Amino acid sequence: MNRLSWFNAVSLTLGFAFLYIPMVILIIFSFNDGKLVTVWSGFSTRWYGELVQNEAFLDAAWVTLRVAVFSSTLATVLGTAAAYVMVRGGRFFGRTLFSGMIYAPLVMPEVITGLSLLLLFIGIGLDRGILTIVLAHTTFSMCFVSVVVSSRLVTFDRSLEEAALDLGCSPAQAFRLVTLPIIAPAVISGWLLAFTLSLDDLVIASFTSGPSATTLPIKIFSAVRLGVSPEINALSTLMIAVVTVGVITASLVTKRAMMKQKQDEMAAARAE
Amino acid sequence: MGRPGLAVLDSNGRGFVGELMRRAFLIAVPYVWLLALFLVPFFIVLKISLSDTALAIPPYTPTLDLSQGWSGITEFFSQLDFENFVWLTEDDLYWKAYLSSVKIALIATIFTLIFGYPIAYGMARAPEEWRPTLMMLIILPFWTSFLIRVYAWMGILSNEGYLNQFLLWIGVISTPLTILNTNTAVYIGIVYTYLPFMILPIYSALERMDESLIEAAEDLGCSRIQAFWLVTIPLSRPGIIAGCFLVMIPVIGEFVIPSLLGGSGTLMIGKVLWEEFFSNRDWPVASAVAVVLLLILVVPIVLFQRNQQKQTEAEQ
Repeated sequence: MNRLSWFNAVSLTLGFAFLYIPMVILIIFSFNDGKLVTVWSGFSTRWYGELVQNEAFLDAAWVTLRVAVFSSTLATVLGTAAAYVMVRGGRFFGRTLFSGMIYAPLVMPEVITGLSLLLLFIGIGLDRGILTIVLAHTTFSMCFVSVVVSSRLVTFDRSLEEAALDLGCSPAQAFRLVTLPIIAPAVISGWLLAFTLSLDDLVIASFTSGPSATTLPIKIFSAVRLGVSPEINALSTLMIAVVTVGVITASLVTKRAMMKQKQDEMAAARAE
Repeated sequence: MGRPGLAVLDSNGRGFVGELMRRAFLIAVPYVWLLALFLVPFFIVLKISLSDTALAIPPYTPTLDLSQGWSGITEFFSQLDFENFVWLTEDDLYWKAYLSSVKIALIATIFTLIFGYPIAYGMARAPEEWRPTLMMLIILPFWTSFLIRVYAWMGILSNEGYLNQFLLWIGVISTPLTILNTNTAVYIGIVYTYLPFMILPIYSALERMDESLIEAAEDLGCSRIQAFWLVTIPLSRPGIIAGCFLVMIPVIGEFVIPSLLGGSGTLMIGKVLWEEFFSNRDWPVASAVAVVLLLILVVPIVLFQRNQQKQTEAEQ
């Protein structure tokens, strides 16, 4: 059954059309000359020009980028540790609570996470700014990293780790020399996920940011509340372009790495 | 189960104790982080929900004053009360908002399932060399900003938007439809943004399915539709359950979609909480709203977690 039945072909076509048409329209109309967004009045890149000169947006973009880099890096370290502990750590005191705290943020409404973190920061007298957004983003994105990494750890052949230990590695060395290189693609996609979650977050950042630090989603949200604007269309197009290039590159790189790993494994099997 | 048992044999001379400490450290760092930044904040929300509103900074009393020792603590507890929760039951805005959030989430989840299942099914039955590309096409919008994906619909659904222009042009309607700022727009927005969450778990369940089971059912006299109902649907059930939870739970507390696509008639609790906090600056009431929302979500979150754990254990 290698041919697509007509039913499947129709549902895939309609499904992907539904997913992509809104974004295609957005991209097309970002090159619209007129101020009225819904009426086409000729091709132009003027909104991109205005965007580059908008300092408020540029400042916000810079804040967002820094927050995303710091929080996703921290979240990757903590999330990988959490995944390793969950899959390999055996039993320890409060394991159920720990696994609950890892799964709960995945489905927790952002308004609750945001509100509760804000009240914590005020309670301990921490000034709201870049630091508090980084702490907040690290907390919820480490759970996503941990889920991604543990799904790789679960499927991974444990005899490789055991072989390393038998050959005289300490558990730490076995992790660094054997486990980490194998789970690296999952760790990288975890980092990317944490990075985009942080870039994207509006609600938690609104609660935890102060007047000194405004992120791009907060700026976009306050602009689009007033309605559709051509400048936001241009900004959206740029963000979509960056994400598309990033995701396609990342998937090509991991595909190549996985193929190489498979070849190595096959070569090793033949050598035996 | 744990590895440290083997570390006694560690030939590098790093002792058992060192490994044990390292393991404890590895567990402690993420654990303490989540306790401090995930669990403790909930208790703070609970505490503030029992406090009184005040015109001060922070805008609530009492604040816990540990410098007065025991009397400070007893004084603190004696001032807590359930006033804000009573307030939530007296003003029917909150009840209506909770009910309508749950209703919107349920209906939207059903729509997402109806639209998502055929797509996941088509992907799982597509030629194998297409699947990675199809998978990427599903994931790509998920990486794109949520805010932008919701925003894209504002231009489509408005009165002079692209959808109305198109429908007027083909002559289906003679006056523009009002869709933006109604619940219909909210449903469209939810289905659109949450569709990948529904498709991915169902797809992974369907992809693992052994197609010879369908053939067996058909050989035994099932029609294609019967085979679908009796074999395919039950086998994809874990995916359906995971997908429904992944859509329904966050949608109940959704804020961005109702505030951009919904209108004044769209009542959702996430928006109420936001307004209570940012517009009315009533922190105790906002906290009480959050506590009740959390209580509503406890059951589905626990069920979801059970489902996930069962899945993980089955894979292990």
